Amino acid sequence: MSQICYLDYNATAPVKPDVVSRMSAILACAGNPSSVHTGGRRARRAIEEARENVGDLVGCAPERVVFTSGGTEANNFAISYRPRILVSAVEHVSILDAVSDAIRIPVNSSGIIDLDALRWALSRETAPALVSVMMANNETGVIQPLGRVAEIAHEFGALCHCDAVQAAGKISFKMDDLGIDLLSLSAHKLGGPQGVGALVLADDIEVQPLIRGGAQERGWRAGTENVPGIVGFGVAAALCHEDYDARIAGLRDRIERHVTQVAPRATIFAADVPRLSNTSCIVMPGVPSETQVIAFDLAGIAVSAGAACSSGRVARSHVLDAMGADPMESGCAIRVSLGWATRDSDIDRFLVVWNDLHARSRARREPRTATENAVPEIIATGRMVLP
Amino acid sequence: MSGGVDSSATAALLVHLGYEVIGITLQLYDQGAQSAREKSCCAGRDVYDARKVAEALDIPHYVLDYQRQFHDEVISEFADSYMRGETPVPCVLCNQTVKFRDLLTTARDLGADALATGHYVRRRQGLAGAELHRAVDLRRDQSYFLFATTADQLDGLRFPLGDLGKNDTRALAARFALPVATKPDSQDICFVTGGSYADVIARLRPEAHEPGPIVHVDGATIGRHPGVIRFTVGQRRGLGVAWHEPLYVVRIEAAERRVVVGPRSALYRGELTIRQTNWLDDEALSARSISVDVKLRANQLAVPASVRGLGERRVAISLENPQPGVSPGQACVIYRGERVLGGGWIEGTDSQCAA
Repeated sequence: MSQICYLDYNATAPVKPDVVSRMSAILACAGNPSSVHTGGRRARRAIEEARENVGDLVGCAPERVVFTSGGTEANNFAISYRPRILVSAVEHVSILDAVSDAIRIPVNSSGIIDLDALRWALSRETAPALVSVMMANNETGVIQPLGRVAEIAHEFGALCHCDAVQAAGKISFKMDDLGIDLLSLSAHKLGGPQGVGALVLADDIEVQPLIRGGAQERGWRAGTENVPGIVGFGVAAALCHEDYDARIAGLRDRIERHVTQVAPRATIFAADVPRLSNTSCIVMPGVPSETQVIAFDLAGIAVSAGAACSSGRVARSHVLDAMGADPMESGCAIRVSLGWATRDSDIDRFLVVWNDLHARSRARREPRTATENAVPEIIATGRMVLP
Repeated sequence: MSGGVDSSATAALLVHLGYEVIGITLQLYDQGAQSAREKSCCAGRDVYDARKVAEALDIPHYVLDYQRQFHDEVISEFADSYMRGETPVPCVLCNQTVKFRDLLTTARDLGADALATGHYVRRRQGLAGAELHRAVDLRRDQSYFLFATTADQLDGLRFPLGDLGKNDTRALAARFALPVATKPDSQDICFVTGGSYADVIARLRPEAHEPGPIVHVDGATIGRHPGVIRFTVGQRRGLGVAWHEPLYVVRIEAAERRVVVGPRSALYRGELTIRQTNWLDDEALSARSISVDVKLRANQLAVPASVRGLGERRVAISLENPQPGVSPGQACVIYRGERVLGGGWIEGTDSQCAA
């Protein structure tokens, strides 16, 4: 098989070559950032440089960046020890499952948070609350009006946390301009390594450490820093370019134009609202999501359906459910997500396989003839000649 | 690929024969539900084993989540059947729905030419199309559980193990050095893990534990029972009644929560009807009787009988010699020699027969 055609950037993006080389270099050097000696100081300098790059990515000073083991830890860190939490219904499981008693604010059929519902829910809170809303959704790419969310949260004396794991590096924003108090990031969604992320804090925000037992990260996150991971994160953050949007959007639009032309019943979720330029959630009517994912994989193309769990099985999408999607549609949706290394030829390959699968599923609905099957009887015997 | 030795050997065999093989494991129920947290999506030991085999064979392997279908169409129906006083055969429903309807559809969507399974049954290309035959090894024969396979489904199915005995399969698995070659055979009903089937039903249908009378066929009430789901026609043990002769469950009248018991002689039935019949012979069923063999329980041999169609997929069956323990809800599978002609669900026997 030829090279894998990778269209699953929202799951994880391929690591950029510069990231690999900088990480390899730092891996070869001994040094704990807490050590006094030269190796320690070198490691310290490397992570502080990364901290600057990550701060720059979201428009804030480096000392406000706390490195974590990833987006999930950043999300847990942000919302732990908060008495009242309000979340959108389409948040990632690292928010939804981290607090079971959070109030869920509904979204409309395009996946945008209902701001009136948020306002109403906040008006009923007596304790200090925290509102957690993602900047962009991992399954649909829908971009939330975070500035408005933060404004409403502050109006009621609440804090605003934003899971920007999918948005960072894909859309440019400044955390302070939007009024966000806590912001989660992950390195591996933007071309960095897995296992490293950050929680970025606004000035004067109080947080309680999740992991204790050392003064690293100014006491907010104990444990020896993941130096190569943090370095990789910093390099990846510095490599996020502003020209990302137009090129990727062109590739994504090619896919969407094609599938809706070939199959008039094919639909794109949330096509009518602002979305990440790299994400498309496409319904092929009548073909279950997991069948599509397998068929693409067999053809060497990596796509996803909803959020895969650890066993690799496809779970029903709570995001599409929250949007009130018809289960017949959401059960036949796949997520295609593009990124820095995606080329026109990848889109060509994707569309060929999409066409084939669509044609085959249509043929399946027509009566079959008994002779079309090419596999003869297969009979094992106890005397099989084996290698 | 269930993770067991049969489907693993099937996959290995097909790879060996040069086919492009795609391994699929069905997640049918939460295997971690007994121990792990409720929301865990951890795949069980069997999924892990299947994945190991696929890795050893270097074939792509996928897990399909059929838990919803399996719950709605197999487990629920299993519980409902017991609640009706029947003795269900969930394996038939599973083959009929999730395996040979949904999985076969998926296989066709993937462009596969056939779906091969590790069932012990033979498919033979007859003059008028594919035929279903008993496995060579009668002890392993699973044709009873596949009677509901339609001609269209049979067209896309392959059963490479039908000519093998179990030891042959293990030998194959060992020759292919499969990591599951020595794994014990699965027993009983797959989704009853730990505890008994009655516990499973009690969880699904809490009303199942309504006590009722144990009534002798003579009419005398001779005891009480804790719920009809704990009984099956032909059962002898666990009645909790002291009597001067061995007593068997003769009939379950679920609506009245009555378990009717009697001596062994009261178990025999000579006439029955079946419903939802699947018919695989090219010659359609008619009101004219034909001579066949029928199998009334999974672990019994087929016995001579004659059958005639009643219309609306119902069939009347006359046994040449009355048989004990003919239980509503069980499958009755119809054979001519080695070949499966069809089968259906036992609806009623003798006096209860509407025929």
